[in-house]
Amino acid sequence: MIGIEHYIVVSAILFVLGVLGIFLNRKNIIVILMAIELILLSVNLQLVAFSAFLGDLVGQVFAMFVLTVAAAEAAVGLAILVIYFRGRGTIAVDDVDRLKG
Amino acid sequence: MIQTLAFYLFAALVIASAVMVIMARNPVHSVLWLILAFFNAAGLMVLVGAEFIAALMVIVYVGAVAVLFLFVVMMLDIDFAELRAGFIKNFPLGIAIALVLLAELVLGIGAYQAGTLELGVPSGAAAPLLGDSNTASIGAILYRDYIFLFEGAGIILLVAMIGAIVLTHRKRPAGSRSQQDIGKQNRRNPNEATVMKQPQVGEGVEL
Repeated sequence: MIGIEHYIVVSAILFVLGVLGIFLNRKNIIVILMAIELILLSVNLQLVAFSAFLGDLVGQVFAMFVLTVAAAEAAVGLAILVIYFRGRGTIAVDDVDRLKG
Repeated sequence: MIQTLAFYLFAALVIASAVMVIMARNPVHSVLWLILAFFNAAGLMVLVGAEFIAALMVIVYVGAVAVLFLFVVMMLDIDFAELRAGFIKNFPLGIAIALVLLAELVLGIGAYQAGTLELGVPSGAAAPLLGDSNTASIGAILYRDYIFLFEGAGIILLVAMIGAIVLTHRKRPAGSRSQQDIGKQNRRNPNEATVMKQPQVGEGVEL
């Protein structure tokens, strides 16, 4: 019998994999963005699972808003990536130091 | 029985493809694995009856976000081998942090299941199913209780769209062929735009 615990475990593993992806691909910002999408996916899965098992639909509405923000974030992030590449010819994260941060 | 089987199938596939997303050598492969991961996550959502969010997931992520990623990956001329240089070096730290995070999550879930904390009792105010289907219920809740948040989500998308266009829009230098000069087009008159010729039979026209 599949319970909420199964969904929590899958979602936790997905979340950890997303964080791991950020650490492993520290230089490649495209893969970092994909890892962030994975993290948001795990959060969405969690929201939907709790919503279904607790019988409260608001969780699914909230998952929809998370989806919206994730799409907007991906669009703006990739746009910044494109103009950065156009100006500098590289997207290696280590070289992004113009703000001296 | 079939539900259990489907759950383990989807769960195994979503985790395997998430691993491939972060391990693949080529970012194009990463994007394709990401699409598989989203499909299987949508399958997991269908299993608990959330078919609207599952459909949204496939439409938004596979149809828009993944294609956006593919466009960017293929459009930019990037040396991906160079970007992968620190992969092995970062591996121990990444695994360590992932293990710490996983241990914390396991601890949190375990503590929740032990039930030592005093949790509030559900008040019975949970949003019930209002319509015939999952989609109808979500529509009823979304347009009745969360209409302003819904409008806010629309504004976020609009701002993101305008932002992406403004960021990537490149103004062409004046005088280039692709630059349209409306004033110049309007100033044209028939005298300079056309030439009358009356060629004899058998002769060509010299323009």
